[in-house]
Amino acid sequence: MRHVISILMENEAGALSRVAGLFSARGYNIESLTVAPTEDASLSRMTIVTRGSEEIIEQITKQLNKLIDVVKLVDLSDDEHIEREMALIKVRAIGEAREEYKRLADIFNGRIIDVTETTYTIELTDSGDRIVEFLAAINADEIIETVRSGVSGIARGEKSLHP
Amino acid sequence: MFQQGRNAREAGVCLPQTGGFEGVFNVAGAENMNRAAISLKRMLTVELTGAEILVRSLKEEGVTHLFGYPGGAVLHIYDALYQQEDVKHILVRHEQAATHAADGYARSTGKAGVALVTSGPGATNAVTGIATAYMDSIPMVVITGQVFTSMIGNDAFQEVDSIGITRPCVKHNFLVKDVTDLAETIKKAFYIATTGRPGPVVIDIPKDVTANKAEFNYPQTVSMRSYNPVVKGHIGQIKRAVAMMLSARRPIFYTGGGVVLGRGAAELTALAQQLNYPVTNTLMGLGAYPASDRQFLGMLGMHGTYEANMTMHHCDVLIAIGARFDDRVTGNIEKFCPHAKIIHVDIDPSSISKNVKVDVPIVGSVPDVLQEMIALIKGGNKKPDEDAISEWWDQITEWRGADCLKYDEESGKVKPQQVVESLYRATHGDAYVCSDVGQHQMWAAQYYKFDKPYRWINSGGLGTMGFGLPAAMGAQLAHPDATVACVTGEGSIQMCIQELSTCLQYGLPIKIIALNNRYLGMVRQWQEFFYDGRYAMSYMDALPDFVKLAESYGHVGMRIDNPADVDGAMEEAMKLKNRLVFMDFVTDQEENVYPMIPAGAGLNEMILV
Repeated sequence: MRHVISILMENEAGALSRVAGLFSARGYNIESLTVAPTEDASLSRMTIVTRGSEEIIEQITKQLNKLIDVVKLVDLSDDEHIEREMALIKVRAIGEAREEYKRLADIFNGRIIDVTETTYTIELTDSGDRIVEFLAAINADEIIETVRSGVSGIARGEKSLHP
Repeated sequence: MFQQGRNAREAGVCLPQTGGFEGVFNVAGAENMNRAAISLKRMLTVELTGAEILVRSLKEEGVTHLFGYPGGAVLHIYDALYQQEDVKHILVRHEQAATHAADGYARSTGKAGVALVTSGPGATNAVTGIATAYMDSIPMVVITGQVFTSMIGNDAFQEVDSIGITRPCVKHNFLVKDVTDLAETIKKAFYIATTGRPGPVVIDIPKDVTANKAEFNYPQTVSMRSYNPVVKGHIGQIKRAVAMMLSARRPIFYTGGGVVLGRGAAELTALAQQLNYPVTNTLMGLGAYPASDRQFLGMLGMHGTYEANMTMHHCDVLIAIGARFDDRVTGNIEKFCPHAKIIHVDIDPSSISKNVKVDVPIVGSVPDVLQEMIALIKGGNKKPDEDAISEWWDQITEWRGADCLKYDEESGKVKPQQVVESLYRATHGDAYVCSDVGQHQMWAAQYYKFDKPYRWINSGGLGTMGFGLPAAMGAQLAHPDATVACVTGEGSIQMCIQELSTCLQYGLPIKIIALNNRYLGMVRQWQEFFYDGRYAMSYMDALPDFVKLAESYGHVGMRIDNPADVDGAMEEAMKLKNRLVFMDFVTDQEENVYPMIPAGAGLNEMILV
């Protein structure tokens, strides 16, 4: 099962490597990982997407909680939550393709954020699935490069993660 | 702006440099007045170097012994150590031994052991000892020197990423980049190392931080929003557990190192005796329940007793306390305790349901939870089913009848089991027994009956050969008047043999009991059983003359090759109260450790002899 784990941790040097090291040392897999400071600069918020049986996810959350730098964590998949990911996609845009990609970007609520004579760079912020759909809609030969941020997640409604 | 003179430091005051003083008072303006005020404050407060702060902090933590080895990055620290007498430094001969000795000190006292090593190779040599402590949850603080902060990452001389290298084998580690953070970091390190599930903490200190100065205020308390270990168990869970325990017909206590580390041995003994239930200890838990007591079934697991493993396999309620269902205990997990409801008390939530799914998990400190249980049982109406328990004891007595620890006493050879039994008698069962790793470790665990916690000191989790002698040094320094024995083999002892020199320097009268079978015995045993006797690299050729070796280090050496001489030699060695005695027992070469659960088998599928 796919799980989205959200972690509030001390914004200390090395905190990220403690989490990454835990996953590799114990053989857990990471599908994506994002991290950045919160409005309180002493804290970082990390979102990890991982997969595993219920037993493995239970161990992952317990082992993460054991890390001294981890203040709190929540498995967002336990409840209603929202996931967003950003992708930057650079495509070959020449001739008729220029109009085609403009239309496609509009349909997916994407924005063209850089234009040259031969390329477009499209920014798309949506669920991971929608990004995959967008990529599928473009001719693979036309993609010059793709950068994805990995998933950021947040619980719906009043629920929140606080120290 | 200010500098301390040597005399000024001794007097505990801070003197301003003349230039700085004039600079403050010759310039007018409010800002400069403010600066003058700050400077005056500085004049009145004592500033210490990082090295002095470290040593003063260790004293504040009650550290009596520091095991270490000097080097470039820690020279300021050694200079500060030199100028005081509160913290005694023990100079080992290899950094691995510094960590093992600190570990032995911790295991024999329950206090945090402390080691100090230099950067680079000093730190990497210490890693084995840190990992050993980590696997057995031993409270330890290891201080590693580091190159100048400005040089970190530049591949400087004797630089290694100590934080990165130790990260997977520490409870936590710190790199101190600012001297003003040093005292608080040390406070946190000791707090983390000794609370919750204990473990080693590394503090990496760059050389410039040990030279820079700051005001010294050792924090009296520490609070960390991200670290709040649980103590009290959930009362609802404890009630459920007690109800399950009282309704048991075939119960057993399975208890581990957590009972020793959590200081819960007295509570365990009280609870088990209140209920008249059988008790088995893991390798790490020996001494948590008195081994000479009727209710004790011996150690369980791969080389545990037949009665302990059979009682485990057939139990209906398993009460696991401070144990972690290690693979050496459970055997084949599919076949583990098939009829049992399982209660598990542990301070570490991640130990619960890691290998075996449990029915009643209780997160809390062992003595607190057990006290609650004792009170609930005493205050309640329900009592154990006496008939069922009596029937259960009859069954256990039958299993005991297999006499699984018997061995051939008429072989004419020195039997390793005989040597451990002789050690037990000669020390009246009250020695601190530090073991290395291998067959001798199992024989020591099986044949020395530990009645008290903190007496059995061995590397159970990591299985580190070379642990025994340095660990014995730590135990002997912590208990100068006690008998400390190091049970070892001719393989293990050679991994830290250089520490015989440390033992001479500090007059440590350790009794080394070497069970010398000229084989890496446990490796040979597995090769005999599972590799058709192809003894690849398990024969120890070209052994030194251990008697002469001991003598060349200034100690007493003995060689014993006749079984009739074992007891006499042991008595004689114990009489040499102030000397280290190296007893080289030339034992039966192909003796095996029995009983044994082969890989993949269940606890009820033991090989007896």
